[in-house]
Amino acid sequence: MNHFNPGALDILWLPLVPLIVVAVGAVVVLLAGVRVSDDDSEGLGWIALAFLGAALLFTLPLIGQSSSTAFAGAIAIDNYAAYFEITVILTAAVTVLMSLEYAPDFRLAGAEYYSLLLFAALGMMLMAAAGDLIVIFLGLETMSIAVYVLSGLMRQDPRSNEAAMKYFVLGAFSTGFLLYGIALVYGATDTIKLGPIAAALAGAKGGSPLLLAGLGLLLVGFGFKVAAVPFHMWTPDVYEGAPTPVTAFMAVGIKLGAFAAFLRIFLVYFGAAATHWNQVLWVIAALTMTTGNLVALVQGNIKRMLAYSAIAHAGYVLVGMTAAGAQAGSAVLFYLLAYAFTNLGAFSVVAALERRGERRDAIADYRGLALSHPGLAALMVVFLLSLTGVPPLAGFVGKFYVFSAALNAGYVWLTIIAVLNSVVSAYYYLSVVVVMYMTEGEARPIAVQAQPGMVAALALSLIGTVMIGVYPGPYMGAASSAFKSALSHTQVSSRQLKLRG
Amino acid sequence: MGGYWLTGLVFIPLLGAFFVLLQSEERALWRAAFIFSLLPLAISLYLLFAFRSGDAGYQFVERYPWIPGFGISYHLGMDGISLFLVVLTTLLVSLCLLYSGGGDIAQRPREFCFFMFVLETGLLGALLALDLFLFYVFWELMLIPMYFLIGIWGHGRKIYAAFKFVLFTMFGSILMLVAILYLVHIGHQALGRVTFDLADLLGVTVGKTPARWLFAAFALAFAVKVPMWPVHTWLPDAHTEAPTAGSVILAGVMLKMGAYGFLRFAIPLFPVAAIEATPFFMALAVVGIIYGALVAMVQPDLKRLVAYSSVSHLGFVMLGIFALNPQGVEGAVYQMLNHGLSTGGLFLLVGMIYLRRHTREIAEFGGLWSRLPVFAAIFMVVMLSSIGLPGLNGFVGEFLIMFGTFLHTWQAAAVAVLGIVFGALYMLWTYERVMFGPITKKINETLSDLGAREIAVMVPLIVLMVVMGLYPRPLISRMAPSVDALLARVRTAEQRANTPSGAKLVASLEPSRSHGPR
Repeated sequence: MNHFNPGALDILWLPLVPLIVVAVGAVVVLLAGVRVSDDDSEGLGWIALAFLGAALLFTLPLIGQSSSTAFAGAIAIDNYAAYFEITVILTAAVTVLMSLEYAPDFRLAGAEYYSLLLFAALGMMLMAAAGDLIVIFLGLETMSIAVYVLSGLMRQDPRSNEAAMKYFVLGAFSTGFLLYGIALVYGATDTIKLGPIAAALAGAKGGSPLLLAGLGLLLVGFGFKVAAVPFHMWTPDVYEGAPTPVTAFMAVGIKLGAFAAFLRIFLVYFGAAATHWNQVLWVIAALTMTTGNLVALVQGNIKRMLAYSAIAHAGYVLVGMTAAGAQAGSAVLFYLLAYAFTNLGAFSVVAALERRGERRDAIADYRGLALSHPGLAALMVVFLLSLTGVPPLAGFVGKFYVFSAALNAGYVWLTIIAVLNSVVSAYYYLSVVVVMYMTEGEARPIAVQAQPGMVAALALSLIGTVMIGVYPGPYMGAASSAFKSALSHTQVSSRQLKLRG
Repeated sequence: MGGYWLTGLVFIPLLGAFFVLLQSEERALWRAAFIFSLLPLAISLYLLFAFRSGDAGYQFVERYPWIPGFGISYHLGMDGISLFLVVLTTLLVSLCLLYSGGGDIAQRPREFCFFMFVLETGLLGALLALDLFLFYVFWELMLIPMYFLIGIWGHGRKIYAAFKFVLFTMFGSILMLVAILYLVHIGHQALGRVTFDLADLLGVTVGKTPARWLFAAFALAFAVKVPMWPVHTWLPDAHTEAPTAGSVILAGVMLKMGAYGFLRFAIPLFPVAAIEATPFFMALAVVGIIYGALVAMVQPDLKRLVAYSSVSHLGFVMLGIFALNPQGVEGAVYQMLNHGLSTGGLFLLVGMIYLRRHTREIAEFGGLWSRLPVFAAIFMVVMLSSIGLPGLNGFVGEFLIMFGTFLHTWQAAAVAVLGIVFGALYMLWTYERVMFGPITKKINETLSDLGAREIAVMVPLIVLMVVMGLYPRPLISRMAPSVDALLARVRTAEQRANTPSGAKLVASLEPSRSHGPR
């Protein structure tokens, strides 16, 4: 039995500094925004950005340190956490940048908006650094509750209300599953620490129905957060209804946070016992890709289309997870990074075209964009091609890495399903290109001015998408070292177990 | 190592793509684009003369690590098979830009030139890449600009055609990506390291069953591109709806990518599987020859007729490749160049007449000879080259192919010969209907003959047709060593597989099946 032992409480603040900075930032923004009107929230955005920048700086010293834990194993210190924290911070920063003009334009309550954005980012970072199930749960809830509110922030818009309501009800439901799963796992193993649970799974208790039922419920909980089929039903409505920058943040950030924890539990700690879960994941991955892509084919709204595309991309990540092993882990981490930049870029273009009182998110609204806004249209093409997986862009290298890992692990059929799905996806991504470039006439005219925030968001996404695609070596190296650093925890804990035994 | 010639060749067009975006005035734009396109042409001509003709290996090789973790390198090289295709590519792109500046592309000329240059980079890169990853990157890269060229500047059902083109090609090539990854996986087990380098992977002996599957995946990707019957259905649509320059590049160069892929990758990597599949591919090629010719015969639309004639001609190329003897393969490579010149020329001519009449219906013409003598004369030469009249280039290629095929399977040659007869039939019949007889439509009397720019576009093609028809030696002597090396490789692999000890060796090298497909 693991009784609480104050002597073992190894308090190390350094790894928590980035999280603390983000939390402080959230509070500062909230307080500073008390007297700021909704039309004038740009300054709050810059404050949020400053705190994110500081958090990024404090994350850098964590890279390359040997893997260890703090707070009695509750917090993991490793490249894996740093990798996800940096990606989450960048995601939040791009989201803030694309909101600088969007938020006042749509009269989003500035203080609440930026503060909740930071809190959500805090939750994601916490999930990345979590060392036990309770901290994972804390991070998940911090993230989710903030995003429930964010998605309903356009109070006058019924679609936004619907999004928040749906997301909250279904989200709470899935949190129940996750919590129940944690309870069952604790019941079966007497611990919330991942190392000993993994040992129990690999040992005699591996077949215990209680433990397996707990694992199954965890799978459902995470499946909901990453929008895997059949737990994806909420995604299109919520993505469509939420303010566009929030949708971008959900499509990228929530996936990052949820996958960070999901991967750490299943791929890192339970990787040795992959046979217990990856048959199920095989089926979920195939279903997720296929459903996401097929339903995306018939969408007339670009945010819904990108929602189904996000589902499909979660499916590709799950292909990598199914393969299990060190190469698959690195591949999945790399994929998430590539996906983050690409998707942020696509949503930035969507957000750039929207103006107050007028949502322009029907695909038909993009008609003739190549003539009226050649720059935005060209950027959209780059991001869509990257999502399709056309070389030499980030999305291609991500798929290449994941499929390569899946093939090396022997999953030939799953890989074939995945690549055929890629071909299907080409159709709906390229349909947007058709509307922008090849359809005569123009949709409702709109003048988009180059706003500094939006330009910066687009530029960052473009640089990420192209650079990761053309010269992926360093990022592959970072992903691989991140995953290995997480794996080294499991070796330490199994050694400790052996010593104790 | 040979300097940075190939890198320059591949990426100068990409520079050109961004350079033309800076041009604002239309006339200056076309002039700038054409002049810029002469740079890669000049480099490729320099390489043509600097090429050592007795050497079977790769020349002007460049190799730098790119993604070291995966054993992926930036590896370019040129041999006797790719040399002439490279020259053909740079030449046709220049001619297309020259032609398109003459009024064929009325809208958005800047983007047009941009996509043409990106396309050129993709084509040249795919021809020169010696690393499978790098090859795949360029292979996919050329899809996108062509998609835009058809979709924006095409005619009629252009969007349908563009989609069909992309989805067909992508379907084939994405399975090839899986095959590449699986081959690398086998290579990893055999060599102990991950590598995407073609030379390394050629040294890996793949077990019999995996080799069959991998060959099938590669062959599907390339067969779609060629296109072989029955996966050719994207071609008539794409060719017909594309703008003239798009059709020329599509027919002139892009189709050759499929045949080139067989010669560079599919056959050398999996020689035994290729030999096993020979009857199958020969049959498909013969069906394609006859089918293409028969369908071309009944087309009322000139451009569609030329498109179907491509199916027939590429059937000859595939026939020559799978004869797997020097005559057949050299003839196939030669015929690829011929087809690029003659079909490219035909598409240009059809484009010129379309520009004047805004129709391509054969029935709308008749008696053009009297009004457009220069056009008719040029058309005559190009058509005869396409038919394979002795003295012009088409004859040399077709003769070698038929000779090679006859040595391999005389029955295939006997049937394919019908294709040549049909080819002469539909071409001459078309020529008669368009050029001879009285002028039936009033409007045709007002047509003007070719202008200086149009003649300038056609002259290089005509000259090459005559030169290549009368004096094929310099070309054959440059491609022969590479072709011989390829065939020697196939023979060795065949012998090794046929001798009992060799078969055992192959069986023992079969990758461990501990992780079977799940």
